[in-house]
Amino acid sequence: MTIQEAGPARPEARAGGARLSMRTRRALWVWGFLALPILFYSVIRFYPTLDAFRLSFTDWDLMSTPEFIGVENYARMFGDPHFWQVFRNTFAYLIIGTPISLVLAFTIAFFLDRVRFAHTFIRALYFLPFITTASAMAWVWRWFYQPAPTGAINSFLGQIGLAQIDFLKSTTWALPSIMVTAIWAGLGFQIIIFMAGLRAIPQTYYEAARIDGVGEWGILRKITLPLLKPTTVFLVVFASIGFLRIFDQVYNMTTNDPGGPLGSTKPLVLLIYQTAFSSYDMGYAAAQTVVLFTILLIVSLLQLWIMRDRA
Amino acid sequence: MRKRNLMAGVSAAACILGAQAAGAVEIEYWQYIYDTRVTAMDQLIEKFEAENPDITVKQVTFPYADYQTRIVAANMAKKGPDVLQLFYGWTDKFVAGGLIQPLPQEAFPHDEIEEDFFPIVEAMKRDGEYYGLPTAVRSLALFWNKKLFEEAGIDGPPETLDELVETAKALTQTDNGGNFTTVGMTVDMAGQDHHWWREVLIRQFGGQPYNEDYSEIAYDGEAGTAALDFYTSLQKEEKVGTAGFMDEGQAAFRAGRAAMTIDGTFRLGSFSSIEDFEWGVAELPANADGMRSNYASYFANAIGSGAEGEEKEAAAAFLEYLASPEAMKLWLEVVGELPARRDVALTDENLADPIYGPFLKALDYAHTTRFVDEAAQRQVTIDMTNRVLLQDQAPADSVAEAAAAEQKIIDDAR
Repeated sequence: MTIQEAGPARPEARAGGARLSMRTRRALWVWGFLALPILFYSVIRFYPTLDAFRLSFTDWDLMSTPEFIGVENYARMFGDPHFWQVFRNTFAYLIIGTPISLVLAFTIAFFLDRVRFAHTFIRALYFLPFITTASAMAWVWRWFYQPAPTGAINSFLGQIGLAQIDFLKSTTWALPSIMVTAIWAGLGFQIIIFMAGLRAIPQTYYEAARIDGVGEWGILRKITLPLLKPTTVFLVVFASIGFLRIFDQVYNMTTNDPGGPLGSTKPLVLLIYQTAFSSYDMGYAAAQTVVLFTILLIVSLLQLWIMRDRA
Repeated sequence: MRKRNLMAGVSAAACILGAQAAGAVEIEYWQYIYDTRVTAMDQLIEKFEAENPDITVKQVTFPYADYQTRIVAANMAKKGPDVLQLFYGWTDKFVAGGLIQPLPQEAFPHDEIEEDFFPIVEAMKRDGEYYGLPTAVRSLALFWNKKLFEEAGIDGPPETLDELVETAKALTQTDNGGNFTTVGMTVDMAGQDHHWWREVLIRQFGGQPYNEDYSEIAYDGEAGTAALDFYTSLQKEEKVGTAGFMDEGQAAFRAGRAAMTIDGTFRLGSFSSIEDFEWGVAELPANADGMRSNYASYFANAIGSGAEGEEKEAAAAFLEYLASPEAMKLWLEVVGELPARRDVALTDENLADPIYGPFLKALDYAHTTRFVDEAAQRQVTIDMTNRVLLQDQAPADSVAEAAAAEQKIIDDAR
């Protein structure tokens, strides 16, 4: 056995002409290729991320040399009611948006899975918003939400004798109006993933359950949902991060008064964008970024922990 | 032809001999990308080079969104431009950041500047030094839809604020449900209206928006409240328009669904493509005493802090040319922006021009707000208006809240 194994190794090493073994050379090649993306990521992702922590303790305004000012940026941020308003908005997007979009996506996927007629066509319709540019979609919705006679929705409401809704011009309705478009935009992707998850559940489980006389509701609760858990975990994390980072829809639907009216739709990312690239207050923006980073980290870890496999 | 050959020879020699060549110098000019501005600048550079064969000017342009960041980055790398264009409102930041240097007084004597240019160039002055000069300036005016006026049987644009309200009422049209189909006057604080409120209405209601050097808010009081009350009453009491109608005031006007809107010279290009109706331009309405005001702004040209020695001399010569009557005439023709020198702007021909006339007349009494962060200060004004329109806050309280918020922005920046 040992002779046979050692045998072919020698000619190969000789053929290579190098003193390195096949294994080492392969490892070198692999790391050679991997080094490029790793280096790339270190320079354009990890370094700026770490640097943001440093900048958050300075007063850098792009023009002057950054000076260390301790935790002043954080003190200013936590003492600013505007920041807390933005903070609440961000969590409103997350806490309302994520469950609604997942329940909707699951329901649609669950029934779409059983539909044979025009299945592909319907699926494509749901998926279409996901591949459409967010800004283009936001602008279309912006016009839908206009007052009558310009806005389609209000015109319709007027025709059937219902009161007009101010949508984007109201401090109450603006955030839900924008959230609806964000949910709609992400729905297609979630449906596709849920359907893939549903298809991956072996049919034999269902057959066995039916033979044992388990009802539809029981099957859903005891078989489908538990076996779908990995998919659900993935989508919860994915959707949460998406809602915490919401920007495109809000910015494009409120460009005249970004995050308005009266800051009622402004999410954290838009606040960071304005602080950094409109007021050029880079140190303060970095502090806000650190907060966003921390929230994302905590929310992701928390969800993974809650939805971990106890088995 | 011979001159051109000579020039070619000179620049070739300059290439060979490099920077040491006496009398041959290349300077860089930076501005943001906007088609007509770039074209106009190319033409100006060509003329300038013909007159100054020993100087070559290289125009470098960037998209507007990156423009400021590029200047800062280049300055940090010591590769900044010799001459650059900047919005007057960036001056504080650019001076503090050491991006630009004062104009040499030998080439630009202060008494001449103050004599020849419109008073708004004051906004480029810091600690007794001018940091730049504009080629062209912008101001606001009232745009009116001639077709809608004719249909309503109204002869011409309103002269006073009271007439403005009356005219707007007569021009407003609603459907059976009470929804606007045509607004008499656009209400759009996010557009140019915040300038109208700040520099025009407050003054017309007997107040001052800021103190002399724009370091302190002065509108927190009767005049500011009256101005805001007048503005919000357009929507609340007079019902001649509503904020957000057709999304933006200029969009509503373009679509022929707004009889009047306030906008600037920079909108002329976009409105010139309107085919469905004719429109006119009028001076902003005066108050009952006939007092008028306006808001003017401009992009100035300045000398970069990196320019030294012969490059600085060349930069000064180029900037002098950009601020010359010849350059201003060309800029008006190609870009359509108003000349910054009185004698070039206020010619009989220009004043009689139905489009340029009203904008030009405004320059003599216009004010230029010294913003420290225009976007943030605009936001304060938008929020102030929204608190009255959406939350029924009393105008006086809303003005007081806005004054405190804006004062904080100013204090933080200084």
